[in-house]
Amino acid sequence: MPAFHAHVEVTHLPGIADPAGATVERALPALGYTNVSQLHIGKTIRLVVDAPDGDAARRQVEEMCERLLANPVIEAYAVTIMEPVA
Amino acid sequence: MSARVGVVLFPGTNCELDVMWAVEQLGGTAELLWHGDDTTNNVDAVVVPGGFAHGDYLRTGAIARFSPVMNAVAEHARAGGPVVGICNGFQVLCEAHLLPGALQKNAGAKFLCQTVELRVETTSTVLTNRAHVGDVLRVPINHFEGNYVCDGATLAQLRSDDRIVVRYVRNPNGSLDDIAGICNEGRNVVGLMPHPERASDTVLGSADGVVLLESLLTAAAGRATLPA
Repeated sequence: MPAFHAHVEVTHLPGIADPAGATVERALPALGYTNVSQLHIGKTIRLVVDAPDGDAARRQVEEMCERLLANPVIEAYAVTIMEPVA
Repeated sequence: MSARVGVVLFPGTNCELDVMWAVEQLGGTAELLWHGDDTTNNVDAVVVPGGFAHGDYLRTGAIARFSPVMNAVAEHARAGGPVVGICNGFQVLCEAHLLPGALQKNAGAKFLCQTVELRVETTSTVLTNRAHVGDVLRVPINHFEGNYVCDGATLAQLRSDDRIVVRYVRNPNGSLDDIAGICNEGRNVVGLMPHPERASDTVLGSADGVVLLESLLTAAAGRATLPA
């Protein structure tokens, strides 16, 4: 069965505070970077899933996001499935 | 017979002995419940204490929710048994969907370790039945993720059902609607960020947490008198 590399990006839902991101954004002007806004700190989760095809891999990873990898109350997620390496 | 309180121990829990000490000071019997055992040993009440269950990996409470003991805790809760989650225990109960919402990083991105004032908002719960509405209690907080959030519909429900159990007098962490603790629909599951066990003797700086733990023991004793 092909092995699909998956990247999951977990981000805060709109309206949910991101105090770590806000703190880093406030620190950047001290280094002279005064033109930065909308800084956000999330998480990246990388994994490999054995599945018959890319759609099946995506369905499983999304299900895992709903059940464990993200908390739908406060987080959104985006799944990227890579083409398997031959 | 004194009420039996089970205190859940996950790898990374660190407040279990404090809770057990406070329970026993108040005349209850305390015993540890190991997270890997799928049982509550038929205790009268369960406390999920503070700490860093499973290292807080992924999210606070996210992994702890899948420990075998949580099935037994959920079953105990469904049967009406008292369950109280303190700090990390509150986070675990939210992840386990025994309570709605989630706990997010504190506004200001600071770990907070200080004594705060709480206002009792309802006495119709297993943690406040011995208190009075409007009581102001001095109880310590000790957390990074104590900023309660939920969607608008959930907040409206919590308010209309009188399920906000304690509020901060001065909000330390950005928590929605100053929420420090909430309960479930059955009012037998309560989660709160402050630590009543750390305010259980004047030598600790406050004994204001005693009324909360006595409430839990009262609820547990009521259960102990019921036929099994």
